[in-house]
Amino acid sequence: MTLTAELMPYEDVLERFEPVLGLEVHVELSTHTKMFCGCANRFGAEPNSHVCPTCLGLPGSLPVLNGGAVEAAMRIGLALNCSIAPWCRFARKNYFYPDMPKNFQTSQYDEPIAVDGSLALLLDDGSEVTVGIERAHMEEDTGKSWHRGSSTGRIHGASHSLLDYNRAGVPLIEIVTKPITGVGQRAPEVARAYVTALRDLLRALDVSDVRMDQGSLRCDANVSLMPRGSSAFGTRTETKNVNSLRSVERAVRHEMRRQAAVLVGGDTVTQETRHFDESSGTTVAGRRKETSEDYRYFPEPDLVPIAPSQEWVDRLSATLPELPWQRRARVQADWGLSDAELRDLVNAGALELVVATVDAGAPPAEARSWWVSYLSQQANSREVELAELPITPARLARVVELVGEGALTTNLARRVVDGVLAGEGGPDEVVQARELAVVSDDSALQAAVDEALAAQPDVAEKIRGGKIAAAGAVVGAVMKATGGQADAKRVRELVLARCAP
Amino acid sequence: MSTISRDEVAHLAQLARLAVSESELELFAGQLDVILTSVARVGEVAADDIPPTSHAVPLTNVLRDDVVRPSLGQQQALDAAPHAEEGRFRVPRILGDDDPQQRTDPGPEQS
Repeated sequence: MTLTAELMPYEDVLERFEPVLGLEVHVELSTHTKMFCGCANRFGAEPNSHVCPTCLGLPGSLPVLNGGAVEAAMRIGLALNCSIAPWCRFARKNYFYPDMPKNFQTSQYDEPIAVDGSLALLLDDGSEVTVGIERAHMEEDTGKSWHRGSSTGRIHGASHSLLDYNRAGVPLIEIVTKPITGVGQRAPEVARAYVTALRDLLRALDVSDVRMDQGSLRCDANVSLMPRGSSAFGTRTETKNVNSLRSVERAVRHEMRRQAAVLVGGDTVTQETRHFDESSGTTVAGRRKETSEDYRYFPEPDLVPIAPSQEWVDRLSATLPELPWQRRARVQADWGLSDAELRDLVNAGALELVVATVDAGAPPAEARSWWVSYLSQQANSREVELAELPITPARLARVVELVGEGALTTNLARRVVDGVLAGEGGPDEVVQARELAVVSDDSALQAAVDEALAAQPDVAEKIRGGKIAAAGAVVGAVMKATGGQADAKRVRELVLARCAP
Repeated sequence: MSTISRDEVAHLAQLARLAVSESELELFAGQLDVILTSVARVGEVAADDIPPTSHAVPLTNVLRDDVVRPSLGQQQALDAAPHAEEGRFRVPRILGDDDPQQRTDPGPEQS
């Protein structure tokens, strides 16, 4: 077996095959407590500090379902246009592995709480694709393992493993798409756009902190290829460990190229779990898939069925906030954006940030301009997502307000933003600490103007002679002399007044 | 006819990570067969008007409020563990399985 898999050029893959995708996304709910016990649901706590007899699977303990988690699951289902099951249960998924001390995971199986929905995605060029949702079901997360005694930290060669069960029992919702077909060369982009749209939706619902880097949003990508002209799905692989939006796209693309090479080489694709390796951008074979029979699912005897009444469903429907696609339509109308402007805003990952900045009091045009230009450049140069920049919409709105009041020029405002990004505090603190307020004291400006005119007598003469355009050179000199802290418009007025014939 | 084969018992033992000897396989297959046959008799009396059920008590929606209750805490949680290290449960190395570092979720593997 070679270490580097053969890959087919992407264009050739598409000439011969049509990709079929299925995406499974696991999202950890940000409830206060775990799914079946009252232990706190908190990331990053001391190991095994949030555990109890129930989530440790101790004898005699019994689970009690978290009502908040059930409502979050139903709201997710409703936002995905799913039907809410009038009756459903949990099952035990039995497997032997120390990440669940009970030796089973309590999960919905064949009776999910939400079925048959859809999610509309916006692609980079502004076109829309609708992905069918098969189901959304409730389950619980597993504990975390560390392998010791091997140099790689991996299981191979490990002498023993260490377990932290703080995460065991954290409410998890698994959202599964219907097979996504007919997207051809855009399959990798569609996969990324789907996870992006789902993340934005979950964030709008405020049910999860959707941090892919912390594992609260995780994507498994099922990929298969069918020969062009065929309608029978090929054998699929499931790639796990895809924990960034970019990785989702890369993993799908890689699997398409790898599987195409396998098929064209006369081999068959093995149905298996594969792992995505971030550094190489490739997938490697993992464990053989256990069949679902091997999990010996059976209805969980310790939990009674969930039977949401229509009244309950209606009440939750009424709590849904403005959803991302509704918000897109609203801001486009309210702010008078063209399709291209809206697309740029969405592609920059700026829509929510701009809306929040506007909500904090900034005019839409200014808020939009800051996020899609200056702050996007800052995010690019730092190689982070726009939302990860250490400036809040409220703080940006304050900067915009200071500009509006004339307390800052655009140039000064950028330096204030730089200060905020550098962790120097809020805009007002930065203005004070860096002494960035506009010099609006006319006498101070007048002195600087006189100095500049004296230094460039020929220019002063030209202005007096009616060449108003020449004033730019004097304004520039004053701006330089005041460290950019003068209001250029006011300086120009003073220069012209001084040189009035 | 036997309802469970010796191979099935071996497979189940492997899934549960139980070491079962050759002679035990034979013994357990016979014993499980008796149990399964007995339980299967329930099916004989289940008529069309009796829906399958998983619970004897006709209750639904037993829920608790999403309010934090005290946990055991690390010390108490680990007190009864045979082995602990760095605030974590220490378990023997896991052989013949996947690398759980990359295993985000056991995930229902269905098509």
